[in-house]
Amino acid sequence: MRRYVIGRLLLMIPTLIGVAVLTFVIMRAVPGDIVALQYAGSAVPQSVIDEQRHLLGLDKPMWNQFTDWMGQIAHGDLGQSLWTGHSVVDEIEIRLPLSLELAVIATLLAVVIALPLGVVAAVKQDTWVDYAIRVFSIGGLSLPSFWIGLLMVLFTITVFNWAPPLVFTPITEDPVANLAGLILPAIAIGYRYSAVSMRMTRSTVLEVLREDYVRTARAKGVRESVVVMRHALRNALLPVVTVISLEFAFLIGGLVVTEQVFNLNGIGKLLVDAVAHRDYTLIQSLVLLLAAVFVIVNFAVDMIYVVLDPRIRYA
Amino acid sequence: MAELVSSADIIARRRYLESTGRRRFVRFWADFVRRRPLGTAGAVLIVVMIVAAALAGVIAPYDPVKINFADLLEPPSPEHLLGTDPFGRDVFSRLVFGARTALLVGFASSVVGCSVGLVIGVVSAYFGGRVDTLIQRLMDVLLSFPLIVIAIAVVAALGTGEDKIGNVIAAITVPIIPRVARVVRASALGIVNMPYIEATRAVGSGGIRIMFRHVAPNVFAPYLIMLTAFLGQAILLEASLSFLGLGVFEPTPSWGLMLRGAGMQFLERAPWLAVAPGVAISLAVFGFNLFGDSLRDALDPRLRTG
Repeated sequence: MRRYVIGRLLLMIPTLIGVAVLTFVIMRAVPGDIVALQYAGSAVPQSVIDEQRHLLGLDKPMWNQFTDWMGQIAHGDLGQSLWTGHSVVDEIEIRLPLSLELAVIATLLAVVIALPLGVVAAVKQDTWVDYAIRVFSIGGLSLPSFWIGLLMVLFTITVFNWAPPLVFTPITEDPVANLAGLILPAIAIGYRYSAVSMRMTRSTVLEVLREDYVRTARAKGVRESVVVMRHALRNALLPVVTVISLEFAFLIGGLVVTEQVFNLNGIGKLLVDAVAHRDYTLIQSLVLLLAAVFVIVNFAVDMIYVVLDPRIRYA
Repeated sequence: MAELVSSADIIARRRYLESTGRRRFVRFWADFVRRRPLGTAGAVLIVVMIVAAALAGVIAPYDPVKINFADLLEPPSPEHLLGTDPFGRDVFSRLVFGARTALLVGFASSVVGCSVGLVIGVVSAYFGGRVDTLIQRLMDVLLSFPLIVIAIAVVAALGTGEDKIGNVIAAITVPIIPRVARVVRASALGIVNMPYIEATRAVGSGGIRIMFRHVAPNVFAPYLIMLTAFLGQAILLEASLSFLGLGVFEPTPSWGLMLRGAGMQFLERAPWLAVAPGVAISLAVFGFNLFGDSLRDALDPRLRTG
């Protein structure tokens, strides 16, 4: 077990290096760098532009830029944003609470919707209840969450004469104002992501309900509710946990569009702005960070398996 | 009830296996329509959308790009079924022509993405060993980015503009590839070790022939299922990218684009601008998802594509 854990942790390194190389190369392949964008449209002499490039280290050979960056990271230094000049850590620190909180609320909502509905749909397979739940869940996959967001804003404005606040309040300052700003986006996102876990719950519970031990449990007279909750759901939980965790990892950086609709200053917006500005250091660190979250969550899921299912042992 | 359904399943399956060729095709779909009402509803939505796109010139009452300053922001009326936008363009006509953009981007990116993914998955499973490890690590790297982030990076790399719809297609294609490759590889792994593959090799078939003549046809079911699933996702992604200003450009009619500018700006004054394109996107994606879901149930109930 210990050897397995160490091996898995070590395997993260090549994956993250792969991500680093890929991001680095893709960003340099994008035409136009930050200096060209800063001086776009103004009649600045070439010498100024060259000097600015030199100052930012963009005139060095690509290979050197890459090793410099890797060296920095090895020292635990993510560098400065080329656009604002603030340290990358600061830029991320401002936005992380919002993105993290939104991801947590949305995931909780998704689980609360998905688990019961998924189980009910499986138990009532091929009845109108099942059909209704499936239509509801496919709806979640089909309605663009940014559009649901628009409609919800429109609805609360016209019916309650209330619009979500434009400024984010940290939960430590004023929990009510904080929730007021996040609840609508959380619903829009949570509905979409509940759909994926709901479908997963339904199909795994269906599979487990056909197992021999479920028939045995029924045969010896165990109540149906106990059969479903203890025998079926517990055994169906593993793939569901996987899906939910991976979604959570994606939610932290992937909410680009929803943040736009609700005017939230989160990690997704930071990433899009960084790409637009060709802010190499910020993009690279951010992508690396998101990939690290993803890889670590992936690892954590495998560890949770052992707790949920004692039959699983990693050798 | 459960027993009844499963015996109906068995009978349908046997009838299907006994038939061949065109008969088999007809039988499969007749069965599909009879036993999967949700999937059939999805298919109807898809057909409606394809017809709208094909006959856009006939159906749309106005020119979708013609600016008309006499009718700015008109609410829905008999002349303008879904009202007009801030340029006086007819929303209904733009919606109908928008179906062309959505279907073009959707079909092109999911067909290319799924086919490339199929080839990578089959090659990975066939060769195994180091080739497999290398390809899978590469796919892992691609998978650790959120879909939209890869799409944005590709759009940024290739550039956006009025006539660059090909770049939008490429941006949506790239993130589809690793997702398909992984599922195809998993299915193909079960096939490459089967005795008939060994027999094929024994009679002297080469690697390419084995891969594409004998392995690929047997992973066609997951391929088809993912194709329909990603068609919906691709349409959704095109709408999202256009909404962010990174996709299709004005004046091309695109549903996401219609939501972006006017839909946001005139949300209170002209809500029809935000409602109509959103309904169109939702119904289109809904149709493909319903259809894909039932297709999965019919072809391969154990497959989990998420």
